[in-house]
Amino acid sequence: MIYHITDNMAEAIALKDIPEVDYAALYNDLKERLQDERYHVAHYFATPDGTRLKFYMILLDDHEHKMMLSSFAMDYYEDVALPSLTALHPALHPFEREITELYNVEFDSMPWNKPLRFPFNRRNRNSTMDNYPFYTIEGETLHEVNVGPIHAGIIEPGAFRFVCNGESVLHLEIALGYQHRGAEHEFSSTTNRLRQTLLAEGIAGDSAVSHATAYSSVVEKLAHKPASEALWIERTVALELERMAMHIADTGALSMDVAYQLGQVACEALRTMTINTTQAWCGNRFGKGLIRPCGTNKPLTTEKVAMIRTNVAEIRRRYNEVVEDIKSSPSLLARFEQCGIVPKAEMQRIGGVGMAARASGVKRDIRTSHPYAAYASQIQHESIVKRHGDVMARLTMRCSEVLQSADYIEQLLATYTPTDIARPDYEVPMAAESLAFSLIEGWRGEICHVATTNAQGEIATYKIKDPSLHNWLALAIAVRGEGISDFPICNKSFNLSYCGHDL
Amino acid sequence: MIFPKLKVLKSHGWQYIPDLNAVELTEEFRGRPVLTTTDDMSDVEEAAKICPTQAITAAPFTLDLGRCLFCGECALRAAKNIRFTNDYKIGSTSREALIVKPGDESIAFCAEQVREEIPALFSRALKLRQVSAGGDASVEMELNATGNVNFDFGRYGVEFVASPRHADGVVVTGPISSNMAEALDICYNSVPDPKIVIVCGSEACSGGLYADSRAVDRRFLERYKVDLWLPGAPTHPMTFIDGVMNMLKLKTR
Ligand code: SF4
Repeated sequence: MIYHITDNMAEAIALKDIPEVDYAALYNDLKERLQDERYHVAHYFATPDGTRLKFYMILLDDHEHKMMLSSFAMDYYEDVALPSLTALHPALHPFEREITELYNVEFDSMPWNKPLRFPFNRRNRNSTMDNYPFYTIEGETLHEVNVGPIHAGIIEPGAFRFVCNGESVLHLEIALGYQHRGAEHEFSSTTNRLRQTLLAEGIAGDSAVSHATAYSSVVEKLAHKPASEALWIERTVALELERMAMHIADTGALSMDVAYQLGQVACEALRTMTINTTQAWCGNRFGKGLIRPCGTNKPLTTEKVAMIRTNVAEIRRRYNEVVEDIKSSPSLLARFEQCGIVPKAEMQRIGGVGMAARASGVKRDIRTSHPYAAYASQIQHESIVKRHGDVMARLTMRCSEVLQSADYIEQLLATYTPTDIARPDYEVPMAAESLAFSLIEGWRGEICHVATTNAQGEIATYKIKDPSLHNWLALAIAVRGEGISDFPICNKSFNLSYCGHDL
Repeated sequence: MIFPKLKVLKSHGWQYIPDLNAVELTEEFRGRPVLTTTDDMSDVEEAAKICPTQAITAAPFTLDLGRCLFCGECALRAAKNIRFTNDYKIGSTSREALIVKPGDESIAFCAEQVREEIPALFSRALKLRQVSAGGDASVEMELNATGNVNFDFGRYGVEFVASPRHADGVVVTGPISSNMAEALDICYNSVPDPKIVIVCGSEACSGGLYADSRAVDRRFLERYKVDLWLPGAPTHPMTFIDGVMNMLKLKTR
């Protein structure tokens, strides 16, 4: 057997229990297996292991709700090229690019062998932000448009290079890395777990709750201390509040870009209400300070439960009115429909995840495929899946999910009696020489955190995957053939994270 | 159709905060801390040890808001010595003023340090260019919120613009990633004189969790004078509004 089989609720795995196989065996297996849409790779990374370079692969089986772990190794300076999996399954491109960028491992016939994020510890110091090898197309009627790294609004930086034929976009390439802070490296260079928790909260500030939940869950698995049911319920409420806030914000942002001012201001106010609800719970509008390993400093009280229920019901009611207005405004539908289409097959091929994938008919949702938190107990989560893959589908996806999240929060809190929940534990001993991972469905999609520990039970390697890592390519594909003036609404319909990608 | 719109409008009502000076945040909000010295300072030493950004020193007892990420953990460990209040007025023209000492009842704005031309030229219209250099998107979203339907800072003529050529200054967020350092510099140099630098968020003030990261390059702050330091993780829209209004002499803290 080339895999160790486990699931999303399982505890840490001893490193020695993860099979170490030949790359060829793994390659041959994945070659076939990844053709079936029930499988996809959650993470694939390399990490130094003495004089060797060790590679870990985490594969998800959505049908059986299982995770499959495998590994292989090579000499640190071994000069062989591995046959590229990206050549067969483009979805793997970010993983292979990262491995090449950090360790100079080459992948044979890799079709898109480009820098991923220009990290400070990259092997090739001559490769810099300034000489990113943009794809070019020559032609008398073509021109290029460069946008960024600084964009027009108050938003993070990234460079977009369009190749246009008149008004229409032939090709868009997105070069990222401007936001690189060395996040993964910071996790393994400290043993202060409060510091690690705060690092997790800042991976992508708009997903602070999701990333902190992923980190906390990794620690709990390594400590063999599963969170209590009550703690999981409170975390689920926080996760769904975060989803509501961001989906409402994006509904507002899309409204703004098509000059639908009423929707914009109504959503701004509703988002304010949502994040102020989170603030009244934990003191921070983004939920920072709320999620902690092995416990919480901000347990719900009866008053807070009532406050959240009242606010969520009101937000739900008013948001639904905005949704009704959008659906009955032909001028809005004309802008959103049939714009920025990513067909299902394409989304599948590039490995899109989360709500953007579901908007194209690809059912990727960790809450159903690999349940955790209250999705594994009280909530029977039904993923919302759309078909068209256009801006409208990504908008209506948000509309439906806001209402669904509000219902889940109400369902959980209606029967919830605040109980004693443990305080956080930043010193709990963790298993030595083990690996733990956690997958969380953030509002964008699947977030994956993986840690390996050293002989002292402290974090040796920490790997983070934000869903944006996969979905940036979906945005590039969405704008092909569109007028360049539709780029803003295509971009907002995804609203991807730069810092989550650049780490 | 008009009816759904009327419904939205009716529910939306009046969201604008009539008096920005009268805003009080929820009790839960962690803003300016109050420090108290006690005979036994061992709790503070514990808190200083766990503080993720080394914002606390036990002797002498201080808490540097420019480093603090407002996680609140120190106040739980040293409840007798550190207490967070909901006071959001924590910006200052002086980096040193962000260092809180026992007994401090407010953060000094240090209005005397504001260059004369700033209120003279910009008190009726201030256009800013924001540059995120490793910001985690939360500070950026809070800056966006300053112009939204609730806060509507635009009522004072303070707005964010797309081009640095149209701006009177830059607002920097994030620890300043090396990969953004050059773009930030180019942007700053494209703003016509006289110009303002506002540093927004504790990550920008000190580097935060990334102060020692090899992926950041903070030399920008050595090259140019900062006019306004705004702590926070993220900086609350009211902290930004209060700081800028003080800088423009539209109010005195
Ligand atoms: S609240 Fe600020 S000073 Fe206190 S531990 Fe957290 S970061 Fe440090």
